[in-house]
Amino acid sequence: MATLKALRMRINSVKSTRKITQAMKMVAAAKLRRAQSQAEAARPYAERMERMLAALGQAVAGSPDAPKLLIGTGADTVHLLVVVTADRGLAGPFNTGVGRFARARIRALEAEGKTVKILSVGRKGAVYLKREFGSRFVGEISYQGRKSVGFTDAHEIAERITAMLEAGEFDVCSLIYNRFRSVITQIPSEQRLIPAPLPEATAEAATGPQALYEYEPSEEDILAALLPQNLGVQIYRAILENTAGFYGAQMNAMDSATRNAGEMINKLTLNYNRTRQANITKELIEIISGAEAL
Amino acid sequence: MAGTFQLELVSPAKLLLSRPVEMAVLPAAEGEMGVLAGHAPMIVALRGGVISVTEGGQVTERLFVAGGFAEVTPERVTVLADEATPVEQLSRSAAEARVTEAEAALAEAQLAPPEKREAAMARMLSARAMVAAAEAA
Repeated sequence: MATLKALRMRINSVKSTRKITQAMKMVAAAKLRRAQSQAEAARPYAERMERMLAALGQAVAGSPDAPKLLIGTGADTVHLLVVVTADRGLAGPFNTGVGRFARARIRALEAEGKTVKILSVGRKGAVYLKREFGSRFVGEISYQGRKSVGFTDAHEIAERITAMLEAGEFDVCSLIYNRFRSVITQIPSEQRLIPAPLPEATAEAATGPQALYEYEPSEEDILAALLPQNLGVQIYRAILENTAGFYGAQMNAMDSATRNAGEMINKLTLNYNRTRQANITKELIEIISGAEAL
Repeated sequence: MAGTFQLELVSPAKLLLSRPVEMAVLPAAEGEMGVLAGHAPMIVALRGGVISVTEGGQVTERLFVAGGFAEVTPERVTVLADEATPVEQLSRSAAEARVTEAEAALAEAQLAPPEKREAAMARMLSARAMVAAAEAA
Protein backbone atom coordinates (compact mmCIF):
# COMPACT_ATOMS: atom_id res chain seq x y z
CA MET A 1 0.00 0.00 0.00
CA ALA A 2 1.35 3.40 -1.00
CA THR A 3 2.09 5.81 1.78
CA LEU A 4 -0.08 8.85 2.30
CA LYS A 5 2.71 11.18 1.20
CA ALA A 6 3.27 9.31 -2.05
CA LEU A 7 -0.44 9.45 -2.81
CA ARG A 8 -0.61 13.14 -2.11
CA MET A 9 2.24 13.76 -4.50
CA ARG A 10 0.61 11.66 -7.18
CA ILE A 11 -2.63 13.60 -6.87
CA ASN A 12 -0.84 16.93 -7.13
CA SER A 13 1.07 15.83 -10.18
CA VAL A 14 -2.07 14.63 -11.96
CA LYS A 15 -3.77 17.88 -11.04
CA SER A 16 -1.10 19.94 -12.72
CA THR A 17 -1.22 17.69 -15.77
CA ARG A 18 -4.93 18.37 -15.94
CA LYS A 19 -4.33 22.10 -15.79
CA ILE A 20 -1.91 21.90 -18.68
CA THR A 21 -4.14 19.75 -20.88
CA GLN A 22 -7.05 22.04 -20.15
CA ALA A 23 -5.05 25.10 -21.16
CA MET A 24 -3.87 23.35 -24.33
CA LYS A 25 -7.42 22.48 -25.19
CA MET A 26 -8.47 26.08 -24.87
CA VAL A 27 -5.56 27.31 -26.98
CA ALA A 28 -6.30 24.69 -29.64
CA ALA A 29 -9.95 25.76 -29.71
CA ALA A 30 -9.01 29.38 -30.28
CA LYS A 31 -6.52 28.50 -32.98
CA LEU A 32 -8.98 26.12 -34.58
CA ARG A 33 -11.43 28.92 -35.06
CA ARG A 34 -8.81 31.02 -36.80
CA ALA A 35 -7.56 28.18 -38.96
CA GLN A 36 -11.11 27.32 -39.94
CA SER A 37 -11.97 30.83 -41.01
CA GLN A 38 -8.73 30.97 -42.97
CA ALA A 39 -9.61 27.74 -44.72
CA GLU A 40 -13.06 29.07 -45.51
CA ALA A 41 -11.64 32.33 -46.85
CA ALA A 42 -9.48 30.40 -49.29
CA ARG A 43 -12.37 28.40 -50.66
CA PRO A 44 -13.88 30.94 -53.12
CA TYR A 45 -10.54 31.27 -54.92
CA ALA A 46 -10.14 27.52 -55.28
CA GLU A 47 -13.70 27.14 -56.53
CA ARG A 48 -13.38 29.81 -59.19
CA MET A 49 -10.01 28.52 -60.20
CA GLU A 50 -11.59 25.13 -60.74
CA ARG A 51 -14.33 26.60 -62.87
CA MET A 52 -11.89 28.48 -65.05
CA LEU A 53 -9.65 25.47 -65.37
CA ALA A 54 -12.57 23.32 -66.40
CA ALA A 55 -13.38 25.73 -69.20
CA LEU A 56 -9.78 25.88 -70.35
CA GLY A 57 -8.98 22.24 -69.89
CA GLN A 58 -11.72 21.17 -72.24
CA ALA A 59 -10.50 23.56 -74.87
CA VAL A 60 -6.92 22.32 -74.74
CA ALA A 61 -7.12 18.69 -73.60
CA GLY A 62 -6.51 16.24 -76.34
CA SER A 63 -4.06 18.40 -78.22
CA PRO A 64 -0.66 16.71 -78.18
CA ASP A 65 1.27 19.78 -77.04
CA ALA A 66 -0.86 20.35 -73.94
CA PRO A 67 1.31 21.30 -70.97
CA LYS A 68 2.84 18.52 -68.91
CA LEU A 69 1.18 19.79 -65.75
CA LEU A 70 -2.19 19.01 -67.30
CA ILE A 71 -1.61 15.66 -68.92
CA GLY A 72 1.51 14.39 -67.16
CA THR A 73 4.42 12.75 -68.91
CA GLY A 74 2.32 9.94 -70.28
CA ALA A 75 4.23 7.37 -68.26
CA ASP A 76 3.20 5.90 -64.92
CA THR A 77 6.33 4.57 -63.29
CA VAL A 78 7.65 7.16 -60.85
CA HIS A 79 5.20 8.45 -58.26
CA LEU A 80 5.85 11.51 -56.16
CA LEU A 81 3.87 11.60 -52.93
CA VAL A 82 3.55 14.90 -51.13
CA VAL A 83 2.70 14.04 -47.55
CA VAL A 84 1.26 16.88 -45.50
CA THR A 85 1.26 16.57 -41.72
CA ALA A 86 1.54 18.85 -38.72
CA ASP A 87 4.82 19.96 -37.21
CA ARG A 88 3.81 19.15 -33.69
CA GLY A 89 2.30 16.23 -31.89
CA LEU A 90 -0.06 15.87 -28.95
CA ALA A 91 -3.01 15.64 -31.28
CA GLY A 92 -4.12 12.06 -30.85
CA PRO A 93 -4.05 9.93 -33.98
CA PHE A 94 -3.86 12.93 -36.34
CA ASN A 95 -0.32 12.49 -37.64
CA THR A 96 -0.12 8.73 -37.39
CA GLY A 97 -3.35 8.53 -39.38
CA VAL A 98 -1.75 10.22 -42.38
CA GLY A 99 1.47 8.32 -41.80
CA ARG A 100 -0.25 4.97 -41.84
CA PHE A 101 -2.23 5.92 -44.92
CA ALA A 102 0.93 7.03 -46.71
CA ARG A 103 2.75 3.86 -45.73
CA ALA A 104 -0.03 1.70 -47.11
CA ARG A 105 0.03 3.68 -50.36
CA ILE A 106 3.80 3.41 -50.70
CA ARG A 107 3.70 -0.33 -50.09
CA ALA A 108 0.90 -0.77 -52.61
CA LEU A 109 2.69 1.28 -55.25
CA GLU A 110 5.95 -0.54 -54.73
CA ALA A 111 4.21 -3.87 -54.88
CA GLU A 112 3.04 -2.83 -58.35
CA GLY A 113 6.65 -2.24 -59.26
CA LYS A 114 6.54 1.55 -59.30
CA THR A 115 9.18 3.84 -57.95
CA VAL A 116 8.09 6.09 -55.12
CA LYS A 117 9.52 9.44 -54.10
CA ILE A 118 8.42 11.32 -51.02
CA LEU A 119 8.27 15.02 -50.36
CA SER A 120 7.14 15.70 -46.84
CA VAL A 121 5.54 18.89 -45.61
CA GLY A 122 5.48 19.07 -41.84
CA ARG A 123 7.93 17.53 -39.44
CA LYS A 124 5.83 14.74 -37.96
CA GLY A 125 5.20 12.97 -41.22
CA ALA A 126 8.89 13.03 -42.05
CA VAL A 127 9.78 11.54 -38.69
CA TYR A 128 7.17 8.84 -39.07
CA LEU A 129 8.07 7.75 -42.59
CA LYS A 130 11.80 8.26 -42.50
CA ARG A 131 12.66 5.20 -40.52
CA GLU A 132 11.12 2.89 -43.06
CA PHE A 133 11.36 4.84 -46.31
CA GLY A 134 14.34 7.13 -45.71
CA SER A 135 15.87 6.34 -49.08
CA ARG A 136 12.76 7.55 -50.95
CA PHE A 137 12.86 11.06 -49.53
CA VAL A 138 13.55 13.82 -52.01
CA GLY A 139 12.78 16.70 -49.72
CA GLU A 140 11.45 17.82 -46.40
CA ILE A 141 9.68 21.06 -45.69
CA SER A 142 8.86 22.18 -42.21
CA TYR A 143 7.23 25.33 -40.93
CA GLN A 144 8.22 24.77 -37.37
CA GLY A 145 8.37 27.94 -35.36
CA ARG A 146 6.37 29.84 -37.95
CA LYS A 147 3.20 31.58 -36.91
CA SER A 148 1.25 31.11 -40.09
CA VAL A 149 1.73 29.59 -43.50
CA GLY A 150 0.76 31.81 -46.40
CA PHE A 151 0.00 31.25 -50.01
CA THR A 152 3.56 32.14 -51.00
CA ASP A 153 4.83 29.13 -49.05
CA ALA A 154 2.45 26.84 -50.92
CA HIS A 155 3.53 28.50 -54.13
CA GLU A 156 7.15 27.69 -53.40
CA ILE A 157 6.29 24.04 -52.99
CA ALA A 158 4.37 24.16 -56.26
CA GLU A 159 7.37 25.67 -58.02
CA ARG A 160 9.59 22.98 -56.65
CA ILE A 161 7.24 20.28 -57.88
CA THR A 162 6.99 21.93 -61.30
CA ALA A 163 10.77 22.08 -61.57
CA MET A 164 10.99 18.39 -60.69
CA LEU A 165 8.42 17.59 -63.35
CA GLU A 166 10.32 19.59 -65.96
CA ALA A 167 13.45 17.67 -65.02
CA GLY A 168 11.54 14.44 -65.56
CA GLU A 169 11.99 13.25 -62.01
CA PHE A 170 8.50 11.81 -61.68
CA ASP A 171 5.44 10.96 -63.75
CA VAL A 172 2.53 11.14 -61.34
CA CYS A 173 2.18 13.39 -58.34
CA SER A 174 -0.31 12.92 -55.51
CA LEU A 175 -1.03 14.80 -52.34
CA ILE A 176 -1.69 12.94 -49.11
CA TYR A 177 -3.23 14.96 -46.33
CA ASN A 178 -5.88 14.99 -43.64
CA ARG A 179 -9.13 16.18 -45.11
CA PHE A 180 -11.03 18.28 -42.64
CA ARG A 181 -14.53 16.94 -42.43
CA SER A 182 -15.45 18.27 -39.05
CA VAL A 183 -13.78 19.17 -35.81
CA ILE A 184 -13.89 15.56 -34.69
CA THR A 185 -13.25 13.77 -37.97
CA GLN A 186 -10.28 14.18 -40.22
CA ILE A 187 -9.93 11.70 -43.01
CA PRO A 188 -6.51 10.88 -44.44
CA SER A 189 -7.01 11.11 -48.16
CA GLU A 190 -5.15 11.18 -51.42
CA GLN A 191 -5.59 13.69 -54.19
CA ARG A 192 -3.95 13.53 -57.58
CA LEU A 193 -2.20 16.71 -58.66
CA ILE A 194 -0.39 15.73 -61.84
CA PRO A 195 -1.77 14.92 -64.32
CA ALA A 196 -4.50 17.34 -63.30
CA PRO A 197 -7.82 15.60 -62.81
CA LEU A 198 -10.20 17.59 -64.97
CA PRO A 199 -13.48 18.30 -63.23
CA GLU A 200 -16.32 16.29 -64.66
CA ALA A 201 -17.92 18.18 -67.49
CA THR A 202 -21.43 19.16 -66.53
CA ALA A 203 -24.22 18.80 -69.02
CA GLU A 204 -24.36 22.55 -69.44
CA ALA A 205 -20.66 22.82 -70.06
CA ALA A 206 -20.73 20.02 -72.58
CA THR A 207 -23.31 21.76 -74.72
CA GLY A 208 -20.88 24.52 -75.28
CA PRO A 209 -21.08 28.01 -73.77
CA GLN A 210 -17.51 27.33 -72.69
CA ALA A 211 -16.35 27.07 -76.24
CA LEU A 212 -17.40 30.67 -76.78
CA TYR A 213 -14.72 32.13 -74.55
CA GLU A 214 -12.18 34.36 -76.14
CA TYR A 215 -8.69 34.13 -74.78
CA GLU A 216 -6.16 36.86 -74.37
CA PRO A 217 -3.31 35.93 -74.75
CA SER A 218 -3.73 32.47 -76.27
CA GLU A 219 -5.30 29.50 -74.49
CA GLU A 220 -1.93 27.81 -74.17
CA ASP A 221 -0.33 30.84 -72.57
CA ILE A 222 -3.08 31.27 -70.04
CA LEU A 223 -3.10 27.60 -69.25
CA ALA A 224 0.66 27.61 -68.80
CA ALA A 225 0.26 30.32 -66.16
CA LEU A 226 -2.91 28.98 -64.64
CA LEU A 227 -1.74 25.42 -64.02
CA PRO A 228 1.17 26.19 -61.67
CA GLN A 229 -1.12 28.60 -59.88
CA ASN A 230 -3.70 25.87 -59.52
CA LEU A 231 -1.07 23.54 -58.13
CA GLY A 232 -0.21 26.16 -55.54
CA VAL A 233 -3.86 26.58 -54.65
CA GLN A 234 -4.37 22.85 -54.17
CA ILE A 235 -1.34 22.62 -51.93
CA TYR A 236 -2.38 25.73 -50.03
CA ARG A 237 -5.78 24.23 -49.43
CA ALA A 238 -4.25 21.01 -48.19
CA ILE A 239 -2.00 22.91 -45.80
CA LEU A 240 -4.91 24.94 -44.47
CA GLU A 241 -7.11 21.90 -44.02
CA ASN A 242 -4.23 20.18 -42.33
CA THR A 243 -3.82 23.08 -39.90
CA ALA A 244 -7.52 23.23 -39.13
CA GLY A 245 -7.66 19.46 -38.71
CA PHE A 246 -4.63 19.48 -36.48
CA TYR A 247 -6.16 21.91 -34.04
CA GLY A 248 -9.43 20.01 -34.12
CA ALA A 249 -7.61 16.78 -33.34
CA GLN A 250 -5.54 18.43 -30.66
CA MET A 251 -8.61 19.88 -29.05
CA ASN A 252 -10.20 16.45 -28.89
CA ALA A 253 -7.08 14.76 -27.64
CA MET A 254 -6.64 17.35 -24.92
CA ASP A 255 -10.30 17.15 -24.00
CA SER A 256 -10.11 13.44 -23.37
CA ALA A 257 -6.78 13.85 -21.60
CA THR A 258 -8.41 16.35 -19.26
CA ARG A 259 -11.29 13.97 -18.64
CA ASN A 260 -8.95 11.06 -17.96
CA ALA A 261 -6.94 13.16 -15.54
CA GLY A 262 -10.16 14.02 -13.72
CA GLU A 263 -11.06 10.35 -13.39
CA MET A 264 -7.59 9.54 -12.21
CA ILE A 265 -7.77 12.25 -9.56
CA ASN A 266 -11.07 10.86 -8.29
CA LYS A 267 -9.64 7.38 -8.00
CA LEU A 268 -6.51 8.55 -6.27
CA THR A 269 -8.46 10.73 -3.85
CA LEU A 270 -10.65 7.78 -2.91
CA ASN A 271 -7.58 5.68 -2.39
CA TYR A 272 -5.98 8.43 -0.32
CA ASN A 273 -9.01 8.81 1.95
CA ARG A 274 -9.30 5.06 2.49
CA THR A 275 -5.66 4.82 3.41
CA ARG A 276 -5.99 7.71 5.82
CA GLN A 277 -9.07 6.15 7.42
CA ALA A 278 -7.26 2.83 7.76
CA ASN A 279 -4.36 4.53 9.44
CA ILE A 280 -6.61 6.27 11.95
CA THR A 281 -8.46 3.07 12.72
CA LYS A 282 -5.19 1.26 13.24
CA GLU A 283 -3.96 3.91 15.63
CA LEU A 284 -7.23 3.82 17.59
CA ILE A 285 -7.04 0.07 17.93
CA GLU A 286 -3.51 0.37 19.19
CA ILE A 287 -4.49 2.96 21.81
CA ILE A 288 -7.57 1.02 22.96
CA SER A 289 -5.79 -2.30 23.24
CA GLY A 290 -2.98 -0.52 25.11
CA ALA A 291 -5.49 0.93 27.58
CA GLU A 292 -7.24 -2.43 28.04
CA ALA A 293 -3.97 -4.17 28.85
CA LEU A 294 -3.48 -1.98 31.88
CA MET B 1 -26.44 54.49 -67.60
CA ALA B 2 -25.75 50.95 -68.60
CA GLY B 3 -26.76 48.05 -66.41
CA THR B 4 -24.58 46.47 -63.79
CA PHE B 5 -22.75 43.19 -63.57
CA GLN B 6 -21.43 41.16 -60.67
CA LEU B 7 -17.76 41.77 -59.97
CA GLU B 8 -15.94 39.24 -57.84
CA LEU B 9 -12.39 39.76 -56.76
CA VAL B 10 -10.75 36.86 -54.98
CA SER B 11 -7.21 36.30 -53.80
CA PRO B 12 -5.98 32.99 -52.35
CA ALA B 13 -6.36 34.48 -48.89
CA LYS B 14 -9.89 35.80 -49.17
CA LEU B 15 -12.85 37.10 -51.12
CA LEU B 16 -12.20 40.84 -51.40
CA LEU B 17 -15.12 42.08 -53.39
CA SER B 18 -18.41 40.68 -54.57
CA ARG B 19 -21.04 43.16 -55.64
CA PRO B 20 -22.74 44.59 -58.71
CA VAL B 21 -20.78 47.38 -60.41
CA GLU B 22 -21.15 49.41 -63.61
CA MET B 23 -17.68 49.21 -65.01
CA ALA B 24 -14.35 47.69 -64.15
CA VAL B 25 -11.01 48.50 -65.78
CA LEU B 26 -8.69 45.51 -65.70
CA PRO B 27 -4.94 45.57 -66.30
CA ALA B 28 -4.98 42.80 -68.89
CA ALA B 29 -1.71 41.34 -70.12
CA GLU B 30 -2.13 43.00 -73.49
CA GLY B 31 -3.33 46.39 -72.34
CA GLU B 32 -5.93 47.95 -70.08
CA MET B 33 -9.40 46.62 -70.66
CA GLY B 34 -12.65 48.24 -69.65
CA VAL B 35 -15.52 45.85 -68.99
CA LEU B 36 -19.18 46.83 -69.04
CA ALA B 37 -22.22 44.65 -68.51
CA GLY B 38 -22.89 42.31 -71.41
CA HIS B 39 -19.26 41.87 -72.38
CA ALA B 40 -18.41 38.91 -74.60
CA PRO B 41 -17.14 35.86 -72.67
CA MET B 42 -13.38 36.02 -72.23
CA ILE B 43 -10.59 34.64 -70.16
CA VAL B 44 -7.68 37.02 -69.82
CA ALA B 45 -4.38 37.00 -68.01
CA LEU B 46 -3.64 40.03 -65.87
CA ARG B 47 -0.36 41.79 -65.28
CA GLY B 48 0.50 43.87 -62.23
CA GLY B 49 -1.67 46.95 -62.14
CA VAL B 50 -4.70 48.66 -60.74
CA ILE B 51 -8.31 47.56 -61.09
CA SER B 52 -10.67 50.53 -61.05
CA VAL B 53 -14.29 49.97 -60.18
CA THR B 54 -16.94 52.43 -61.35
CA GLU B 55 -20.31 52.73 -59.66
CA GLY B 56 -22.82 55.52 -60.24
CA GLY B 57 -20.54 57.17 -62.77
CA GLN B 58 -17.67 57.51 -60.31
CA VAL B 59 -14.59 55.50 -59.53
CA THR B 60 -15.38 54.08 -56.12
CA GLU B 61 -12.64 51.58 -55.63
CA ARG B 62 -9.09 51.11 -56.79
CA LEU B 63 -7.26 47.92 -56.03
CA PHE B 64 -3.77 46.88 -56.90
CA VAL B 65 -3.30 43.32 -58.15
CA ALA B 66 0.10 41.74 -58.62
CA GLY B 67 -1.10 39.55 -61.46
CA GLY B 68 -3.66 36.85 -62.04
CA PHE B 69 -6.56 35.95 -64.29
CA ALA B 70 -10.02 37.21 -65.02
CA GLU B 71 -13.04 35.39 -66.35
CA VAL B 72 -15.50 37.66 -68.10
CA THR B 73 -19.06 36.62 -68.92
CA PRO B 74 -21.97 38.89 -69.89
CA GLU B 75 -23.33 38.98 -66.36
CA ARG B 76 -20.27 38.31 -64.24
CA VAL B 77 -16.57 39.09 -63.95
CA THR B 78 -14.38 36.97 -61.72
CA VAL B 79 -10.89 38.17 -61.00
CA LEU B 80 -8.45 35.66 -59.56
CA ALA B 81 -5.66 37.83 -58.22
CA ASP B 82 -2.36 36.45 -56.98
CA GLU B 83 -2.42 39.20 -54.44
CA ALA B 84 -4.72 42.19 -54.07
CA THR B 85 -4.56 45.33 -51.94
CA PRO B 86 -6.68 48.47 -51.97
CA VAL B 87 -4.53 51.26 -53.35
CA GLU B 88 -4.86 53.37 -50.19
CA GLN B 89 -3.22 50.60 -48.20
CA LEU B 90 -0.18 50.29 -50.43
CA SER B 91 3.06 51.30 -48.84
CA ARG B 92 5.58 52.96 -51.04
CA SER B 93 8.59 51.67 -49.15
CA ALA B 94 7.33 48.07 -49.30
CA ALA B 95 6.74 48.49 -53.04
CA GLU B 96 10.24 49.87 -53.56
CA ALA B 97 11.77 47.05 -51.57
CA ARG B 98 9.97 44.68 -53.85
CA VAL B 99 11.31 46.39 -56.97
CA THR B 100 14.85 46.11 -55.66
CA GLU B 101 14.32 42.45 -54.92
CA ALA B 102 12.75 41.79 -58.30
CA GLU B 103 15.55 43.62 -60.12
CA ALA B 104 18.13 41.53 -58.34
CA ALA B 105 16.23 38.36 -59.24
CA LEU B 106 16.06 39.49 -62.85
CA ALA B 107 19.77 40.21 -63.00
CA GLU B 108 20.39 36.76 -61.61
CA ALA B 109 18.05 35.19 -64.14
CA GLN B 110 19.88 36.65 -67.15
CA LEU B 111 21.50 33.32 -67.84
CA ALA B 112 18.49 31.24 -66.93
CA PRO B 113 16.18 29.69 -69.52
CA PRO B 114 13.83 32.16 -71.23
CA GLU B 115 10.71 31.13 -69.28
CA LYS B 116 12.47 31.86 -66.00
CA ARG B 117 13.71 35.18 -67.31
CA GLU B 118 10.25 36.09 -68.46
CA ALA B 119 8.76 35.24 -65.08
CA ALA B 120 11.37 37.39 -63.35
CA MET B 121 10.67 40.19 -65.80
CA ALA B 122 6.92 39.95 -65.14
CA ARG B 123 7.56 40.13 -61.41
CA MET B 124 9.75 43.17 -61.85
CA LEU B 125 7.15 44.95 -63.99
CA SER B 126 4.47 44.08 -61.47
CA ALA B 127 6.59 45.54 -58.67
CA ARG B 128 7.14 48.74 -60.68
CA ALA B 129 3.40 49.02 -61.25
CA MET B 130 2.96 48.71 -57.52
CA VAL B 131 5.31 51.63 -56.90
CA ALA B 132 3.47 53.71 -59.48
CA ALA B 133 0.14 52.87 -57.86
CA ALA B 134 1.47 53.68 -54.41
CA GLU B 135 2.76 57.03 -55.65
CA ALA B 136 -0.50 57.91 -57.33
CA ALA B 137 -2.52 57.13 -54.21
